[in-house]
This record gives sequence, structure tokens and C-alpha cells, in this order.
Amino acid sequence: MVVFMQLKGAQILIETLVSLGVDTVFGYPGGAVLDIYDELYKSSDRINHVITAHEQGAAHAADGYARVKGKPGVVIATSGPGATNLVTGIANAYLDSIPLVAITGNVAVALLGRDSFQEVDIVGITQPIVKHSYIVRDVNVLEETIREAFQIAAAGRPGPVLIDIPKSVQAQEAEYKGEAKREEKVVKPLPDLTQALELIAGSKKPYLYFGGGVIAANAEAEAVALAERLSAPMGLSVMGLSAIPHKHPLNLGMCGMHGQYAASVAQSKADLVIAAGVRFSDRATGNVDKYTRNCTVIHIDIDRAEIGKNVRPNLSLNGDVKAILTALLEQLPQKQNPAWLEEIEALKAHVPSTPLELFAPHNIIRAVHSHVPEDTVIATDVGQHQMWVAQAYPFEKSRTLLTSGGLGTMGYGLGAAIGGCMGSGRKPTVHFTSDGSFGMNLNELATAVTQGLPLLSVILNNGVLGMVRQWQGIFYGERYSQTTLNRQTDFVKLAQAFGAKGARAHNLEELHAALEQWDKASPLVLECLIDMDEKVLPMIPPGGAIEDIRIN
Amino acid sequence: MEQREKFTVGVMVNNHFGVLNRVAGLFAKRGYNIDSLAVGETENRSYSRITIVCTGSDYMREQVVRQLEKLQDVIQVILFDDEATVSVEHLLIKLSATGEKKASLTELVNRYGGKVMDFGADFITAEITAASERIDKFIEAARPVGILETCRSGALAMSHGTERALRAPV
Repeated sequence: MVVFMQLKGAQILIETLVSLGVDTVFGYPGGAVLDIYDELYKSSDRINHVITAHEQGAAHAADGYARVKGKPGVVIATSGPGATNLVTGIANAYLDSIPLVAITGNVAVALLGRDSFQEVDIVGITQPIVKHSYIVRDVNVLEETIREAFQIAAAGRPGPVLIDIPKSVQAQEAEYKGEAKREEKVVKPLPDLTQALELIAGSKKPYLYFGGGVIAANAEAEAVALAERLSAPMGLSVMGLSAIPHKHPLNLGMCGMHGQYAASVAQSKADLVIAAGVRFSDRATGNVDKYTRNCTVIHIDIDRAEIGKNVRPNLSLNGDVKAILTALLEQLPQKQNPAWLEEIEALKAHVPSTPLELFAPHNIIRAVHSHVPEDTVIATDVGQHQMWVAQAYPFEKSRTLLTSGGLGTMGYGLGAAIGGCMGSGRKPTVHFTSDGSFGMNLNELATAVTQGLPLLSVILNNGVLGMVRQWQGIFYGERYSQTTLNRQTDFVKLAQAFGAKGARAHNLEELHAALEQWDKASPLVLECLIDMDEKVLPMIPPGGAIEDIRIN
Repeated sequence: MEQREKFTVGVMVNNHFGVLNRVAGLFAKRGYNIDSLAVGETENRSYSRITIVCTGSDYMREQVVRQLEKLQDVIQVILFDDEATVSVEHLLIKLSATGEKKASLTELVNRYGGKVMDFGADFITAEITAASERIDKFIEAARPVGILETCRSGALAMSHGTERALRAPV
């Protein structure tokens, strides 16, 4: 006989989270989640709740945690401002297809719709940036709602799901069933591969373009196998950067606006582009017509709405990337393209070289890399430093890059690094940032210190909002409107004020010395002073094509 | 410039509050205009059927269907083939009418297959159910008489035959 437990809504939430394997959540308490936090207190041996300095930091932490773990991250916030502070974090997860479950409290059901204290319609506010959302008005459907939310967040193309739970529902009792409704899993038949096999057979210059979907589908090994089978070079979107080992000879690195020269040129010369788990963002393609003028495109994606949204493929294969790549590999013969690979090798030789002794971004990033193991989780903020990391950091392991690819959220990095660090089992984690981005959410240093995380924040401080300044320099007649910061922030003292260690480097020697001294057990903020006129190059201007590439 | 054409989609959705918002929000977010909208419960009260008429390119038509299909509350989406679809709208119209004008107006209403639903000393209210274009025509015909108010529903659409039925789950 099954005995159902009669539990309060807040208890049902905790029990369901535990039964779904959630052991870490990020959040911030408040009036409308008091019942939930009371239960978290009682269950602190089962769920580790990490309190951040601000709900946005908690949302980014849950996002970073999800990227490292490959399962939904969880963030909890109170109603009203707590909920609205999540919005950027939810949008960030949405644009990057990251599984995230955001749980918000709301005012009691009887008070809903009366503009009560700390009441907002967070379901309405977040509607365009969630995969799905719920407001749970009946405690009897709470458990199944939570189970469904986790399923939706992780299934297919992942994304954020929001569950808004009014305070009265948290306090009411219902049966806790402890198991999910059994639903038959519908396995979608694989698309017909005949035409793909023909196109591949006819191709002399195949090129593979991999994105975040390859990571989401855990298809990294299949992606590499396809490249080797076809003797085809691989280009990566920002979201796909860690999917393929940097050292793989067929990996050309990042494509797009600030992509590697070889990756962009090879794409433009290819006669067949097989794109998997990408959405052909404007930053990745530039002018779409020119992007595809020389090549046939096969687009593999799990989201049918992505097929033809930005680039109209000659052939689309809609379904799970791993399943499709596996099926292709079963049938594809080994291809040799010696002439094409020779061409690729020649392109790879075009590497803009920074003199090794210069205290320049690429050298700083490589110096940091030389001090950490290859499975180190790397988080970035947004702007020039993000692109420099994307260009120069040799990612060897999947899920080691946490970066805001779609939304471009300045202030993402520190929260993400905290979540990523916890998701990695508290291994030393690196956060590359800049004076601009760091200024946005540096309050999360408090969280890193409280949690005692081995977190290195490397600030590439150029005193300006570098990426915007770069555009002002190139496209706006060097009118540097509001991008020269003139701040007097002492980042070393600031780190110390938060209880972290701080160091400053003016050259590579000082940088190496500071890295040597990092105990890899506690947070260190390491400020690197760089020139304000450092640019991110190469650059294909927005809406441009390969012939518009700027090298210097 | 891409060719913009009218098209009609039928959407079977869960009958929850907020679902219409999600559907309408999807159009707003992508910058797609809704020309007309009709929503109602189906024979199974757990599901509602939404009929949306909009104008746009082939690209937009394809995106509308595929983006709608991604919504969790959407059960099924069909794009109607204009040639093989029964489509009607519903119009209530109040016209100023006195004396002998009333008789000719009633005749006009009858000619369009409508019914007089209400009348008084100086007005009649008529109801017409017809294809969208026919309702447009009626309104033009009635305009000189003096329109006091109109209330028009979105289009309802159903495909010919039994093969492409948009059925509520049982």
C-alpha cells in the first residue's frame, strides 16, 4: 500500500527538488519565500543553498552551474524586486539555451492582481524569455508542475523555465506523491539521410560548423569523428567553443565577427557547410547571402524553428544532433581531401602574432592558461576581453567555457564563475573580466569569499569600455562618447575590502609572480593594466563578408 | 521586397489562462501583426482553438507555424490552404434607420443572408455571418445609410474534407 504524505507546498518543493537530484541552489530570501527558506533551513543537509549578493548574481550562478553540470541550475528569489532582478539572468539563459529553473515567490493568491506589496506579474514580465512558465495557484498541482518544469528545461533545446509560487500555496497542504507521472517517451524517427550522404559524397571542400547544440546534445565525440571521417576542418560558434579540443588539427577555432582568420576564410571557400547545433546568429555570419554564396548548407538542429530562420539551408536534418551525427557516421565512408587540407594548412599559417614579451591581452590570457589545468572552468564577462579569451584560450575540454554568447550580458562572469566553480566540485576556476564588466556585478565577490571559492578574477583593465570604444573608433569618427571611464577604483583594495586577495600586474613577470602566489583555495582578484587602444582583431564589420575582414 | 500575403493558422491549445497571452506575445515579439483573432473552447473543454489571420511573407508564415509549435501549451498548428478552407466571420452592425429606409435596409441584410436582431424607432441591429470579403462588401453597402457601430469577430476557419482536421484531444 502506498501511503501518501500530506505536506505543505514549501515542503513539496524541497522534496521534489531532492527527488530530482538537486543538491545545490542559488538564491536570496525575502518575504514571499519565507516558507521555502524555512524548509531549506530544515533540509540544509540535503540541499546546499548559496546566498548571493544580488538575485542577478544568483541567476548567473545557476546558469554557470548548469553549463558545467549539463543539468538544470536552480535559482530562488522572492516576489517583486527579487523576481525582476532575475530577468537578465533568465534572458541570458534563454538566448544561450541553458537549462535553468527559476523559482519565485509571489504574494498570497488572495492578494494577486491588487498591486500588493512586492507584487509583480513575473510570468508576464518573463514571457518572451522563457521556454515555459507557471504560476501555481493550486498546491495540488505543485509537485507535477515542478517535475514538468525540470523536464521541459532540459528536454530538446534546453532553456529557462519559471515557476511562480504564491506564498499561500507554499503554506497549504497537499499530497506528496514522490514520483512523476509516467509518460511514454515519443522517439522521433531520424530524418532521411540519403540526400545528406549524396551532398557529402559530392563535396570536395567540406566544412563543419559546430555550436552550443553539440555540447547540449553531448555530441562532442561524434562531431570530432565526423571531421576526421570527412577530412573536414571545423569552425566553432562562440557557444560551441569548448566542444572540440583546441589541439585537434582540424579545429580552426571561432568563426564570425572576431573569429580566427582561417576559420572564416575556410568557410568562405568551402563548397559544403554542415552546420550542427547552431542558429547562424548575425554575429556569426555577417551578410547572410554572401555567407552562403559559394556553398551548399546542411543544417542539423533539434529546433525546427531554427531551420531557415537566419540561413536557408539546401538541406535540413531536424532532430537530436548526437543521433543524427551517429547515424551519418554509420554510413559515411572515409574521405580524403588532400588539396583542401593543404589549403587549410596554408590558412592556418596566417596567425597574427603578438610579440611575446608584450603585456597584451592574448599574452595575458595564455599566461593565465599556463598556470591552470586544462579542465579548468573559464568564465568571461562581455566585451573585448571576452573575444580575446575566445580567440586565445586553448579550450581542450567541453563545458569549460561559461560565456554570455547570445545576450552579451556584461556582469555575467562573476556569478557564472561562482556557479561553475561549485558545479566543478570547487576546483580552481578562472574569471576573465574587464574594468567595465567587473563594475557591474562585483558585489558577488562577497559570495566567493563567503563560500571560500578558489576563484581567480583576472581584470583586463584598460580604463575604457573597450568594445564600444573600438566601434566608436572605427565607425563613429573616434568620438569616444561616454566610454572613457576615468574611474579611480583601486581593484586591489576593493578585493581586500571584500575579504579577498588582490594583486596588480603591469607586465608578464608580475603576472606570473601573482599567479604563482595564488593559493588556489580562495578568491584572488588580479588586475592587469593594459592599453586602452588594444583592439579585437580580426574583425568582419557587421553585415560584412570575408572580403571586408580587417586584420590590423 | 518579399511578397506579403494573407494567411490563416489554426492553433489547438490547452485551455489555461495566459495561453492566449503567450500566443499573442509570440507575434508581438517577432514583429508579426495579427489581422484577426478568434478564440473559443472546443468540444473538449480542456482545449481551446485559436484562429489567427495575418499578413506576411513565406518566411514569416513558416516562422509563425514553427515558433507556435514550440510553445508548451500548443497541441497542434495547421496552416490553412485558402483554396480548401471554409472561413467565416461574424458581424454585428447597428445602422441608423427611420421610416421607409428600414424596409430597404432589411432587404439588404436579407440579401447578405443576415438577420435583424434588434430594432427601434431610429435604428436596426443586424447580424451577418459570411466570408471576410463579403462582410467588407456589406459594410461598404451599408456605409451610406449611416453606421452607428460595428462589432466584428475574427475569422473562423476549417479545412475541407476530413483529412486535415484540427481535432481536440479526446
